[in-house]
Amino acid sequence: MFPWLSVITFLPLVGALFIAIINGEKNIVNRNARYVALWTTLGTFLTSVFMLASFDPSIADFQFEEKREWLGDNITYHLGVDGISVLFIILTTFLMPICVVASWESITDRVKEYMIAFLLLETLMIGVFCSLDLVLFYLFFEGGLIPMFLIIGMWGGPGRTYASFKFFLYTLLGSVLMLVALITMYVIAGTTDIPTLMEYQFPADLQTWLWLAFFASFAVKLPMWPFHTWLPDAHVEAPTAGSVILAAVLLKMGGYGFLRFSLPMFPVASDFFTPFIFIISVVAVIYASLVALMQEDLKKLIAYSSVAHMGFVTIGIFTLNVQGIQGGIFQMLSHGVISAALFLIVGVVYDRMHTRRIDAYGGLVNRMPIYAAIFMLFALANVGLPGTSGFIGEIAVLIGVYQVNTTIALLASTGVVLSAAYMLWAYRRVIFGDLEKESLMSISDLSRREIGVFIPLIIATLFLGFYPAAVFDITNASVENLIGNFNAALEAYQALTVTNR
Amino acid sequence: MLYQTIVLLPAIGALAAGLFGKWLGPRGSGIVTCTLMVLTALLSFIAFYQVAVAGNVPEQAVIFFTWFDVGALEADWAIRVDTLTVVMFVVVNTVSSMVHIYSVGYMSHDPYRPRFFALLSMFTFAMLMLVTADNFLQLFFGWEGVGLASYLLIGFWYKKPSANAAAIKAFIVNRVGDFGFALGIMAIFFVFGSVDFDTVFAMAPSMAGREFEFLGQQFDILTTICLLLFMGAMGKSAQFLLHTWLPDAMEGPTPVSALIHAATMVTAGVFLVCRCSYLFEYAPGALAVVAVVGAVTAFATATMALVQYDIKRVIAYSTCSQLGYMFFAAGVGAYDAAMFHLFTHAFFKALLFLGAGSVIHGLGDEQDMRKMGGLAKQLPWTAGLMIIGTLAITGVGIPYTIVGFAGFVSKDVIIETAYEAATAPGLFAFWMGLTAVAMTSFYSWRVIFMTFFGKSRAGQQALEQAHESPAVMMIPLIILALGAVFAGAAFHSFFVGAGQEHFWQEALLFVGDEHAVAGMADGPALPRWVVWGPFAMMLVGLVWSYHWYIRRPDIPQRIADNNGILYRFLLNKWYFDEIYDFLFVEPTKKLGHFLWKQGDGWLIDGFGPDGVATSVLATTRRIVKVQTGYVYHYAFVMLIGIALFVTYYYVRSVGAF
Repeated sequence: MFPWLSVITFLPLVGALFIAIINGEKNIVNRNARYVALWTTLGTFLTSVFMLASFDPSIADFQFEEKREWLGDNITYHLGVDGISVLFIILTTFLMPICVVASWESITDRVKEYMIAFLLLETLMIGVFCSLDLVLFYLFFEGGLIPMFLIIGMWGGPGRTYASFKFFLYTLLGSVLMLVALITMYVIAGTTDIPTLMEYQFPADLQTWLWLAFFASFAVKLPMWPFHTWLPDAHVEAPTAGSVILAAVLLKMGGYGFLRFSLPMFPVASDFFTPFIFIISVVAVIYASLVALMQEDLKKLIAYSSVAHMGFVTIGIFTLNVQGIQGGIFQMLSHGVISAALFLIVGVVYDRMHTRRIDAYGGLVNRMPIYAAIFMLFALANVGLPGTSGFIGEIAVLIGVYQVNTTIALLASTGVVLSAAYMLWAYRRVIFGDLEKESLMSISDLSRREIGVFIPLIIATLFLGFYPAAVFDITNASVENLIGNFNAALEAYQALTVTNR
Repeated sequence: MLYQTIVLLPAIGALAAGLFGKWLGPRGSGIVTCTLMVLTALLSFIAFYQVAVAGNVPEQAVIFFTWFDVGALEADWAIRVDTLTVVMFVVVNTVSSMVHIYSVGYMSHDPYRPRFFALLSMFTFAMLMLVTADNFLQLFFGWEGVGLASYLLIGFWYKKPSANAAAIKAFIVNRVGDFGFALGIMAIFFVFGSVDFDTVFAMAPSMAGREFEFLGQQFDILTTICLLLFMGAMGKSAQFLLHTWLPDAMEGPTPVSALIHAATMVTAGVFLVCRCSYLFEYAPGALAVVAVVGAVTAFATATMALVQYDIKRVIAYSTCSQLGYMFFAAGVGAYDAAMFHLFTHAFFKALLFLGAGSVIHGLGDEQDMRKMGGLAKQLPWTAGLMIIGTLAITGVGIPYTIVGFAGFVSKDVIIETAYEAATAPGLFAFWMGLTAVAMTSFYSWRVIFMTFFGKSRAGQQALEQAHESPAVMMIPLIILALGAVFAGAAFHSFFVGAGQEHFWQEALLFVGDEHAVAGMADGPALPRWVVWGPFAMMLVGLVWSYHWYIRRPDIPQRIADNNGILYRFLLNKWYFDEIYDFLFVEPTKKLGHFLWKQGDGWLIDGFGPDGVATSVLATTRRIVKVQTGYVYHYAFVMLIGIALFVTYYYVRSVGAF
């Protein structure tokens, strides 16, 4: 069988190697690096689409599995995807060419290194979503941070040291704990094979500790309140394409982690911690929305908005019903597209004016009508207007959580009002009004290249808004399976505690 | 195919003008969208005839494709047609086509007409999606779609800060209502396991009287669901407490006010309650709330209309007030009367707005009635048509017959039905409604008198330039005027008269018979004074208005100069904006700022990364001698981890031997 996943995972790395050997005059090197990166990412995307075409959505189990010996018998190079992970790979490969094109003109310094970092990042991100071995997963999961650090640290803004320091402290906490958990699991279960671990029943009290260790890592990554303060700083300092990948893909690893590890491997602990997750998620929704309202920096506003939207994701995942989990997954994919677009939107004016302050703008529609229209579309998508993908995820999560906990549903729904407030208010201050500021008088509308960057995102947002079945059909079998196993495990545990009593 | 065509033609128009407006040009996009809308309106009449008159209600909804399919949550993109739908078809598409045509003239100086027509058509499409939905989610799609169109059109003149503020206010106040609506949908799915109208409505009787527990309290399920849905309706239809956005929405171009903020979108709330009559009928508590809120709105917003000077704002408050009538009709179970008033109101209110637009256009964008007066000479057609509208809204007609202007026929039915209901909310609504009739008559005639009669207060220059509007604006007015005159008498027997059972079929539900089948209105059961009451009140308002604004204009002038408490209270719209600002807007901003600076900055960062920084970083530095960058710290820690793990693994496997 064709090793789809290895090819998709390492194709970008091959591209990176090609770029690494480019030599010569600076302009030519830059141009070649850009084109190689573009063709590599496009090729990877096409390959992943072909893989999706031969993916069988009716099967709940892992597909395209590859298993090779690696570190002895129990730690293997094991890849595979199911309905839950396959679309995250597509999301990653879909966004990469967009990032490359978006960086086409804005990155002029050390282009070669930049493109290498991005391609390396792509390999590591795809690896996260298709690893079926815990050690392999851990390598990809933590390894992905290195190129991200480099991207922020080398092409970032003036405050990048502080930002990456904060990012570092948080993730350090998470990864150390996760490593400890990983070792513990290996000691107890004797394997790091994920499908095997999913069936392995850890003792209930140990589940609690393992769950918490994984939680530390995923909660930082997602990020959940109160582990979110690294995100606004990291976004503000990152170059546009870095922000795009950070928001669209890296954050999703946290949500994916909950689905892949916490729920199936530690069902008892997950059940126990559900109220806790609900509470901090709902705090995230309200808190982050309120903070977003008062932001003066457009990028920070969108970063806080991300925190609020990720709150919906965790609520959805821990409802443990079909609507909630499907909604959570959908929300992650949809947010991947929408936040990517919003960060690109900030990038457009940042490239022109070199500021992200909301009050530095105003009246842009007068000179940038196309930009205004696109910004409007994504602002509304972020607000969750029906017809865009933003609505589907939110309403599915809310319908899911209403069946479990009415109070949480009620509180989370306030996010619907608040998101409209911060988004439309910011939009108004940037776009509407008269063009009064001297500096903006000659600002130009989107170039063809920039429009080209947005078109796939617009299509994705609207397509998923009107026909979400495209996603739900793929995720359905695996999600149902996940819920079925979860409930079975929980019942078995309860039966056990009853007999023990 | 008929129904699909009706729904999709406006969408085609919107796409054509929106995406290809550059090529079509302002003129071309007007022609394209107008042609499509007129076609849609004509087809709507055919649909109306087929369904409501000939009685061929399609058995099943036309389904395009599945929208949602998540577990038990299923919803389709569908077109469900029954009498309620075709009534809305006629209302929406007639007014919309008239407004489209009118806009060709009204907006003729605006270079952004393609965008304008695209949005008008998009609005119409969303409204049609709303009324043809066969499930709550599609209804919500249309609901938010019309809200979006409203937002974009209120802020159409984006250079005006006031227009931008009004647009955001409209969207957010509506979102507050939608918050309830969305919760209602969640509750419906939770209780019924479906969001399909047919499934939900069929199960409703079995849920009647059941309760659920929330925060230790017992609540009636259906009442809660209905109240949540009604919260959405209150936002969209600008009912008391959530009404503040509608007067501000007048910042948008006048054709928008006529179409969206008078005739169609704001009636979506009424439509929702009528559509859900199958739920509300089993939730008497919710119905009582609907009746009371409607009655309070009818009264309160009428008082606010009394003293406004902006011609459009007066009409806007009048819209709120008239919507209040529709709601209290629904609240006493007379959905048929509510829909009837919705139907007639669309014609005369659109007429009044477009008439006001004609005045504004003629005076070069003047909206302040203090700078008008005596314009009947310059604008004879407009004056005549607006008087027809006023006769209709104030309810001129002959009691005990259906001879009268449209508003007379439908409003009297409502007031009489409220009395006939003989319940506490019904009687409350009756008295509120009756009082509001006098005020309606007063402020409506005040508009006419201040604008068209008396001495001119316009500047010399404005007066010289004042001109009657072109034919392309007057013809829609004339057509709407025909509706304002005849819609009541002509359709009385269908909506509320003898033919109503055949007309409505299964579209509405009436449980029990205590709700006066409104066809009996004017019947012998009612005391004489109840039937004559609205008529008398209408006269009181007219005379009062005439006395103040024609015979003794010094009286209102003196009241304004005195600036008494009551006057200020009304002029400032009961201080709702100030109160909401104080209660909600400012605290929210302060809280946001506090959470940002204190929560994130002081608490989380202070005790988290920044606090750790000072202590731990020092330690880290000692371990990691590499000072060049944090990347290496990180990589180092990770490598140590991996190394430890691999070492452990080998030690263990070696040890196994």
